[in-house]
Amino acid sequence: MKKNNVVVLQNVSKIYQMEGVSVTALISASLQIQAGEFVSIMGPSGSGKSTLMHLIGCLDTPTTGKVFIEGEDVSGLSEEALAKIRNQKIGFVFQSFNLLPRTSALTNVTLPLFYAGKNAAESETLAREALIKVGLEKRMAHFPNQLSGGEQQRIAIARALVNKPLIILADEPTGSLDTKTGETIMNIFRQLNQKGQTVVIVTHEIAIARQARRIIKIKDGEIQA
Amino acid sequence: MNFIEIIKIALQAIRTNKSRTVLTMLGIIIGVTSVILLVSIGNGLKSYITDQLESLGGDSLFIMPGELEIGPPTGGGNGGGGMPGAGITASKFTFDHINDLKAEGKTLKTVMAYIESNGTLRYKGNALASYAYKGNALASYAYKGKTMITQVAGVGPEYPGMRDQKVTAGTFFTASQYNAAKKVVVLGKTVADKLFGQEDPLGKRLSISDQQYTVLGILEAKGAFGGLDLDNQVFIPATTSMRQFDTEYIQSLWVQAQDQQSIPEATAEIKKILGKTLKADEFSVLDTKSILNTISQILGVLTAALGGIAAISLVVGGVGIMNIMLVSVTERTREIGLRKAIGATPKTILTQFLVEAVVLSVGGGLIGIALGLMFLVIINHFFPAVITVGALVLAFSVSALIGIVFGVAPALRASRLNPIDALRYE
Repeated sequence: MKKNNVVVLQNVSKIYQMEGVSVTALISASLQIQAGEFVSIMGPSGSGKSTLMHLIGCLDTPTTGKVFIEGEDVSGLSEEALAKIRNQKIGFVFQSFNLLPRTSALTNVTLPLFYAGKNAAESETLAREALIKVGLEKRMAHFPNQLSGGEQQRIAIARALVNKPLIILADEPTGSLDTKTGETIMNIFRQLNQKGQTVVIVTHEIAIARQARRIIKIKDGEIQA
Repeated sequence: MNFIEIIKIALQAIRTNKSRTVLTMLGIIIGVTSVILLVSIGNGLKSYITDQLESLGGDSLFIMPGELEIGPPTGGGNGGGGMPGAGITASKFTFDHINDLKAEGKTLKTVMAYIESNGTLRYKGNALASYAYKGNALASYAYKGKTMITQVAGVGPEYPGMRDQKVTAGTFFTASQYNAAKKVVVLGKTVADKLFGQEDPLGKRLSISDQQYTVLGILEAKGAFGGLDLDNQVFIPATTSMRQFDTEYIQSLWVQAQDQQSIPEATAEIKKILGKTLKADEFSVLDTKSILNTISQILGVLTAALGGIAAISLVVGGVGIMNIMLVSVTERTREIGLRKAIGATPKTILTQFLVEAVVLSVGGGLIGIALGLMFLVIINHFFPAVITVGALVLAFSVSALIGIVFGVAPALRASRLNPIDALRYE
């Protein structure tokens, strides 16, 4: 295992128990993501790419196999410990933005810092910086419902960035946006990557996946070479 | 993530839903307000009656007809003291009994007859006033003065001394007036004001149920209680009262013992003396202390019962908070999922939702206390309600407790949500 591997999966399988029936979502998956990479995970719906994303994002633990984040085995960690890793090392961007309603852009972005235990003044400074990075310096006091989809997704990216995560994990980040807006969002990811940020994008669209430097294809729970 | 920040987040969630917050609090507000009001009214009633009885002095004894059992709260196999039911049984007391008690009772200072009746009081006004109407013969004839129906108490000349009530104008009737059954009357303050207004009633003649009486004096005001005006009565000699109202027996006897310590001896003595001529079930001897004990016991139970009923509404309010919080958890499933994804631990989610529930209930509790105090200010104009700090502290802590108890279930549900499912929730 090389030192600059930020994410390593070793023979990871995930089996869900659904009403007594075992559903295998992922079969013996292994992969490495190195620092500074721009990777897309691509596959049709039901292929297991969401499961893979959840495992990389420490939202879930594998049934068998091991997941390492920055060399640390997170496979058997408690929910509390996983929450801390998510807070410190993962920045999530979701298809449906998932911003808090009736809450300003700035407050939305400070949220991860709250859970990190940073004080209010420091949080605000960091949140402002993050919002400037995504070009929303003029929208800080706006509520999500006063903003366009593209602007909302940029707030979500700022929120993912604010705690300086190891990787940004984006789940269909352009899925709710029109092609043109999706393009600007992808540009932001590209710019972030150029500054050294590791970015992982999960998508079913080949056009989006191609913008990454590496594509990991997944089908029927198995990673294709 | 420290506790103050969790409170901030909880407050923010509450602030973004103002109307729902107020509606949720309503149950607790109503509950706390009614607990405070009912407990204060109960306390007020108790302390008022206690004051009244204590003003009779600890050395007073009452001899009532029939068999009454008023015992200390712990006593009695029949459920700890009976209900005071004076006047239910027909009286057999005569002046012979008073004379016996006075003659034989060594520990008894005074013995007084007490007879209560209702009479129609009429005052025609002075000669000058009726003279003024002479110009119109018809009006003069129709003018009958002021009339009122009120309580007429037949008492002895010892009454002001026993009641510790001063005669503010004129005099009370004397023993000789009493013995001669003179038609003389001493007025309560309210009667004097209503019947005579600015006029000086002393020496004036008024009629009580069509018999002419002379006003001797006016008693010191004792005040009103819950619509019952204690000064709205007049006092005539018990001897006169028996003739006027044609009663054969004396309703009850008021006795004053030598001092407070001799109450048990006095009770025994009365029982012995009256026992010669009356059967044991034809009279009972009560002292102020045992009456007080019984009344405070009854009022205590009453206050607790009323407070308990009000407390049920507090519980209902708590259930309301639980409902809203459960709905809120479902409604905010995605928010919870997101919070977990970006680093909220189950513990912080639990705390956040618990704090929300407690803020709702404590906020409702504080508003309820404020409303209760406001209503008390109004109620105090016609009823002596007494609020204790203990009741306020209790109301506050109960509402906080309700928030915790009824907030646990929704908060646990929130903290146990799987972030993946929560994020997918539509």
